[in-house]
Amino acid sequence: MELVVDRICHRFGGLTVLEDISFTVAEGEILAVIGPSGCGKSTLLSILGGILEPESGKVYTNGAPPAASLNPLTYIFQDFSLLPWRTVEANVMLPLEHHALSASDKRARVDDVLARTGLSDFKTAFPKQLSGGMRQRVGIARALAVNPAILLMDEPLSALDAQTRELLMEDFLDLWLRERMGAVYVTHNLSEALYLADRVCVLSRRPGRIREMVSIDIPQPQRKEPWAQTRLAELQDAMWKLIKGEAQEAEREMSHG
Amino acid sequence: MADIHALPQSTLGLPDRPKLAAIPFRGGGFTVRSHKGAGIIGFVVILGLWEISVRAGWISPVLLPAASDVLLALWNLAASGELWRHLQASLARFAMGWSLGTAAGVLVGFCIGVWSLARGIGLPLVSALFPVPKIALLPLFILWLGIGEASKVATLALGCFFTTVIATFSAIDAVPRNLIRMGQSFNMPPHAVLTKVVLPGALPGILACFRITTSICLIILVSAEMIGAEYGIGSLIILTGNLMQTDQLLAGVVVLSILGLCIGYTLTRLERWLLRWR
Repeated sequence: MELVVDRICHRFGGLTVLEDISFTVAEGEILAVIGPSGCGKSTLLSILGGILEPESGKVYTNGAPPAASLNPLTYIFQDFSLLPWRTVEANVMLPLEHHALSASDKRARVDDVLARTGLSDFKTAFPKQLSGGMRQRVGIARALAVNPAILLMDEPLSALDAQTRELLMEDFLDLWLRERMGAVYVTHNLSEALYLADRVCVLSRRPGRIREMVSIDIPQPQRKEPWAQTRLAELQDAMWKLIKGEAQEAEREMSHG
Repeated sequence: MADIHALPQSTLGLPDRPKLAAIPFRGGGFTVRSHKGAGIIGFVVILGLWEISVRAGWISPVLLPAASDVLLALWNLAASGELWRHLQASLARFAMGWSLGTAAGVLVGFCIGVWSLARGIGLPLVSALFPVPKIALLPLFILWLGIGEASKVATLALGCFFTTVIATFSAIDAVPRNLIRMGQSFNMPPHAVLTKVVLPGALPGILACFRITTSICLIILVSAEMIGAEYGIGSLIILTGNLMQTDQLLAGVVVLSILGLCIGYTLTRLERWLLRWR
């Protein structure tokens, strides 16, 4: 299944946040969206998953999702968005409950994704008992439980400390290499984007427009190799030059509420 | 790095540095420490002073009977069965009035919380009626519903209704929107979002308001019983007061205090069980 984004524009009040955004996420492709804060990255992601209605433009899917997919476009949130009154397994069960599956089928799905995310020992824990990294693993498990075709990830690692971020990034990569899901990965972290993405979409600051689409032609498993690191460092440098001025501007700006 | 533990004493050179000054500790105080038993001691001291000043004749026993006399009066009331008649009447009114008011309040508050039209209609009404002391409506309810139980129950119910409405919709407003969006992003049907996200999310706020409404109800209960009831702790107090039986009057006050404590304890247990995820 492809995701086709066609000429999205969006405004909040009088403020244009997104202007003329068009791109396609190919089947199994990881597209990173980066840009300075306030460039409408998260707004764009909300529009992609149908949580926010754009002022103009449309988002389409092209092709059928996998037969077992219960929710083709599935979010992983920056703040994890777990229900604090539900245990780990009940949180993962939540998106399955309203589907017409047998109880044993649901159970099996939950157990499977908990095993895949290393959470089997934490089934009966409440979110408050878990570290940030483990909470986001629950978020990932919940997303995997519905067999998504494309993951929509809104800065999934920015609420975590640097070490946890490294660990989870490797987990994400393993997951993708195994499942070959598509993903739109919104981040403001260049190295995350360069480590994970097949393509990087660089947005400009308000109004968010596509400044550059950068393809990264190094297969993800080889990106830790020394020769790849040199190439990635060059790319990172080039991208930083693209957004540096705007990031500076964004940093100096006072909040408009 | 390897020698960090083997640092020789002499490198510190404490004795041969005359300008060395120790940093004074200045971080003490301002912490809450537990003093177990202090509460009991305070209680005993106050009761003892009370008892002594009455027994010594410093205070007239008609105005303030000795603590032991109050206990004795309580014992006699309990033994004669009169206390239970009063307590039963009060508890029945309280349970009926509070449950009715709370049930209606949660329902209306929920509607206001999730439905803009209900909010548009309901909010101004609630704001206008909330400040009215509900006991002021008892005479009207007596005209409508008679002097019996119905008018008292209605006053109690109204007394906790508005507070519950306000607490419920405020609690719903405070449910994080991102959790609701999360539910929608998984295609959860609206009723599932309401029952699995909104309601449990609002529960802490609703339970917190139970503490307020139960104490409001207790105040209204006693006032209503003082205005007109054959039985009830409030009527016991007003009756014995009229007869200057202050020992029985204070026994009634003690019962009210115990009643309030029991309600508070029950609510604490309820919260601990329902909100064990916090």
